[in-house]
Amino acid sequence: MSKAIKVENLSKAYQLGDFGTGTISRDLERFWARMRGKEDPFLKIGEINDRTTKGESDVVWSLNDINFEVEQGDAVGIIGRNGAGKSTLLKVLSRVTSPTTGSVKLRGRIASLLEVGTGFHPELSGRENIYLNGAILGMRKAEIKRKFDEIVSFSGVERYIDTPVKRYSSGMYVRLAFAVAAHLESEILIVDEVLAVGDAEFQKKCLGKMGQVSRNEGRTVLFVSHNMAAVKTLCTRGIVLANGQLIYENKQLEAVSFYQTNNNTRSTFEHHDDLSSAPGNENIRVLKFIIQPLTGESISMSTGVCFEMVFFNQKAGINLDATFELRNSDEIPVFHNGVLISTNNNSKTGFYTIKCTIPPNLLNAGNYSFKLIFGENQRYLLFGADDFIGFEVENESKGSNSSLAPGVIHPNLDFTVSYQS
Amino acid sequence: MSDLHPEKWDIEINAKSSLLDLKFKDIWHYRDLLVLLVRRDFISFYKQTILGPVWFFVQPVITILFYTLIFGNLAGIPVDGLPKPLFYLAGTIIWNYFADCLNKTSTVFKDNAGILGKVYFPRLIMPLSIVLSNLIRFAVQFLLFIILYIIFVLKGEHIVPNAAALLLPLLIVMIASLGLGLGMIISAVTTKYRDIAFVVAFGVPLLMYATTVIYPLSVAQTKYPKYSWLIKFNPITAVIETFRYGLLGKGSFSWELLTYSIISTILILLVGIVIFNKVEKTFVDTV
Repeated sequence: MSKAIKVENLSKAYQLGDFGTGTISRDLERFWARMRGKEDPFLKIGEINDRTTKGESDVVWSLNDINFEVEQGDAVGIIGRNGAGKSTLLKVLSRVTSPTTGSVKLRGRIASLLEVGTGFHPELSGRENIYLNGAILGMRKAEIKRKFDEIVSFSGVERYIDTPVKRYSSGMYVRLAFAVAAHLESEILIVDEVLAVGDAEFQKKCLGKMGQVSRNEGRTVLFVSHNMAAVKTLCTRGIVLANGQLIYENKQLEAVSFYQTNNNTRSTFEHHDDLSSAPGNENIRVLKFIIQPLTGESISMSTGVCFEMVFFNQKAGINLDATFELRNSDEIPVFHNGVLISTNNNSKTGFYTIKCTIPPNLLNAGNYSFKLIFGENQRYLLFGADDFIGFEVENESKGSNSSLAPGVIHPNLDFTVSYQS
Repeated sequence: MSDLHPEKWDIEINAKSSLLDLKFKDIWHYRDLLVLLVRRDFISFYKQTILGPVWFFVQPVITILFYTLIFGNLAGIPVDGLPKPLFYLAGTIIWNYFADCLNKTSTVFKDNAGILGKVYFPRLIMPLSIVLSNLIRFAVQFLLFIILYIIFVLKGEHIVPNAAALLLPLLIVMIASLGLGLGMIISAVTTKYRDIAFVVAFGVPLLMYATTVIYPLSVAQTKYPKYSWLIKFNPITAVIETFRYGLLGKGSFSWELLTYSIISTILILLVGIVIFNKVEKTFVDTV
């Protein structure tokens, strides 16, 4: 198989802050340096792009020396946290902006779907917008004409096709826009998170269409998403970006699990300093959260999980409750269970400890995270924290099959088998 | 192996490319988009209006009405003995075409940041579509000019067109190129520094007075012989004067002035395209 995309030493620098009166002198300085054939003085410092820490220079490398190749027909998922450089990479690949250094080589036509409905004009009808949007995405008029009926029936907005799109519901708008893009005839398709739109039925349709594009039609797809379930089902390979650097590249399942383990490693939390700096607010301070296996050294599917939380309560004389929501790595809630700590308006100021166990043979292998909600009278929020702490359940091989079973839970079920001739 | 079969790639994205690589092949491939954008501008202009395309006429009619009243009658600026409405309309439609092209092109990156930041197509398509959309407006207004022309001829006015009228296509291309070129130069600067946008906002209406829209060049030359070179220096003057001379038979026409205007138009357009080409690659990051 031949290569469809080859990315070599790709870097992209952005300037932080505002462009104001201060920047013109620097622009002149840069211009003067370039005129003399020297290196741009403001791009020398190769700082890692970490948005959480304050850097030394105000130039930031959104992409830093990225190298990879994509085979024709591969569906590659690009994953990473917010600000890892995913969208910048797609922007460079789709020629919206150009790289600071390095090069990208592409074979075949490239179409990018960084946003659906780009260039839709609200005053024009659905029909006119199909033509306009198709042309913006690089289709010839004859090509759109040929596919027109297919596009309309995929979108499911036949009835409104001659109505201006400003009268459309947002769902219809997106359906029509995706339908146009999905019928592009390009060898390489770039998609950025557009699947986060529309209702469940339409999302499924979009995912199906994209799978069809890469598997059946042999086209190359680059797909950026935070939806790990979608990456797993759609893609064949995965690339993990962090702080503008490519840190992992492999088959999609390995890449997803690499990303998840590296993104989510805390499994115990203890706060030793004074109360006021512990996570929480004036009502609640969480001091300790420990997650461990019921038996054995590490948590796996058959060990069960025991978790313990210590917190300090400030609000005396109320009905206090605490809720634990466990989510898996696809952000699907596994359970959302609460405990009433005081029922007769008799909560006390002081330390509370909550212990709980999740029985063995319930959770499937994978990464999980806890969301905490503290409430008053089960109505008013005292303190809440998404993604407070995470842990991993290791996979256990059963029989000859060692691969991960799909499903949110993986209980031990008693099957009864009977046979009748 | 790789030496024997050098890899063939269709698209290469590099940090730098040559200034004069104008990607005409790409533009040709996207010609349908150009047509559809022009159509979009035309249709969306009069959507949800009762009078529809008639609005294309209203603006110039009202404008020349006011010019006739104020500059013609109140101020009494002579107009080479031509019917005043016809004289003003000739200048106005050409000036409008130039000003519309310039204004729209100079904000093309800002106005279309949404599309341009999400999809690739040859960026030059955008300003080209502006020039073509405005050409349609110009054509409609030119029709008005012809109607007015016939009315005045039927009324017995002595208007004699001459061979210079054959230069009309060239004049239209020149005025479009001037608007496009200047607009692209300004658009490139305004992506990063918005200051120039303010200059354009009040500068373009003022520039009209330095062009022979409401007075003929001959009057300027007799009244301000010392400063008339300033008006001549403006390349739009030659276009308007040639237009009036060719179609109305009166005006200052000289090959020297027209040649100067052609050369400066070509220069402005070239500089505009080169600057635009350089800026389009990274404007997304700074706009």
